[in-house]
Amino acid sequence: MDLRELYQEVILDHGKHPRNHRFPEPHNREGRGYNPLCGDKISLRLQLDGETITDIGFIGQGCAISQASCSTMTEAIKGKTLPEVEALFSKFHTMVTSDEGADDLDALGKLAVFAGVREFPMRVKCATLGWHTLKQALGSEGGEATTE
Amino acid sequence: MTEVSPIVAPSPAAFDVQRVRGDFPALHQGVHGKPLVYLDSAATSLKPQSVIDAVADVYARDCANIHRAVHLLSQRATARFEEAREKVRAFVNAAKKTEVVFTRGTTEAINLVAHSWGRAHLREGDEVLVTELEHHSNIVPWQILCQQMGATLVVVPMTDRGEVLREAFEEQLTERTRLVAMAHVSNALGSVLPVAELIALAHERGAVVLLDGAQAMSHVDVDVQALDCDFYAFSGHKLYGPTGIGALYGKEQLLESMPPYQGGGDMIRSVSFEETIYNDLPYKFEAGTPNIAGAIGLGAAIDYFTSFDARAVHAHENAVLRYATDALESVPGLRLIGTAPGKVAAVSFLMDAAHPHDIGTIVDSEGVAIRTGHHCAQPVMEHFGIAATARASLGMYNTTDDVDALVGALQKVQELFG
Repeated sequence: MDLRELYQEVILDHGKHPRNHRFPEPHNREGRGYNPLCGDKISLRLQLDGETITDIGFIGQGCAISQASCSTMTEAIKGKTLPEVEALFSKFHTMVTSDEGADDLDALGKLAVFAGVREFPMRVKCATLGWHTLKQALGSEGGEATTE
Repeated sequence: MTEVSPIVAPSPAAFDVQRVRGDFPALHQGVHGKPLVYLDSAATSLKPQSVIDAVADVYARDCANIHRAVHLLSQRATARFEEAREKVRAFVNAAKKTEVVFTRGTTEAINLVAHSWGRAHLREGDEVLVTELEHHSNIVPWQILCQQMGATLVVVPMTDRGEVLREAFEEQLTERTRLVAMAHVSNALGSVLPVAELIALAHERGAVVLLDGAQAMSHVDVDVQALDCDFYAFSGHKLYGPTGIGALYGKEQLLESMPPYQGGGDMIRSVSFEETIYNDLPYKFEAGTPNIAGAIGLGAAIDYFTSFDARAVHAHENAVLRYATDALESVPGLRLIGTAPGKVAAVSFLMDAAHPHDIGTIVDSEGVAIRTGHHCAQPVMEHFGIAATARASLGMYNTTDDVDALVGALQKVQELFG
């Protein structure tokens, strides 16, 4: 088991220095995510103009995987439309939970650094916490997003 | 005068940790290509071969239901099940075997008291006292009970070292306190509470006391008569026994005064649609077919543990804990959480470089198993303003080599994250 597969430089960097680590103003959507098993928390706010996410930021605390995943997610989806975001999450989820998504890594861009999470089933919830929080903020999941 | 030879008590085997390690098959495996270093006994202890054999033997030989059939297998299973109860009684020094109720574990034992004693004895305006360092299983059942009965849950604060002090306890104890429920040993921090002193104080005010002994049984002496606790709850699987079995000790007159917890078979003497007459103690609280093999396995675990001098086991564990505390304190950027002067078997910590979850994954890749998270004690985490800790916890089989392996693995954390 190679830990470097999991803790790639991009992840360590984003874990230490999360991007978009602020609440955007103005914003018209917000979500909160919580992993009750480890206490990781994410508070996410975004501005949705029509179908497009024009700004997004988050404040969170937790492990390198959860924070780096949320950080790279905010970078990846800023300026994207809802169907594009939906497609990205679907690819991301497939990548971290199964071997099937291996061909699609190019489409994920920087998010592909999380491919190593697949080998660490206990950490999949860390990698998807930000994404679940995003879905909740966009209204497709009610209440607080939780990994349980 | 006749020469009288001195009476020599049968002396338990001297404590030889290498021999002990040989008794635990799970220790002898590789994980991720490294030898396993198991430092998570506060979550569950490993099991010696004698316990594994005892459980297997029940199913291989004495596989029958108990307290029912006249056939030989049932007689043997019943006898072994009741022998296990006697072993538990002797181990905690209960006055009577009838004061030992088998449960699924600590959680069920606490819930039994909350449901049965609590609903029968708690009134509106009464108070239930817990401490800030409790495990969720010694908080939530009382919260539910208080909501149902209109009672109030009162919390004794702990200090920043993770101690519960007599003064703080006395301050929260009032004439309305009907029950005190507290840990004997904290699972998240390893603090040992001054329970004998606190029980005496509670009794002066007429309160009943339940001790959560989940983390205590294998690390400190438990004598329920000397402690004078009213209830004592514990799990077998943290005492080198199987999961799914534990016990509730209760003083006889209290257990007698309580209605049944669950209804079903075995807990009754006779049933008609007009009236049911309940069975005697402890069967009144043991509805349904119990975990027979589990109870017998727990008996085997007690046999195993008591084949050593408990003082020698505790001294060994305390020496490893002191070594671990010193070694971890010397790791740069590491902070211990919980520094009470009286601690056993567990050390919780944080590192500047990495979150506990990342620490857990990295040391696991080095073969070292520790627990990370809030340890089902979120109020403890709240006290320290943190979400989680990494926790290394000890069993009788751990050595200073295990600690060295942990410290070595933590260097990997520094390398990766530093």
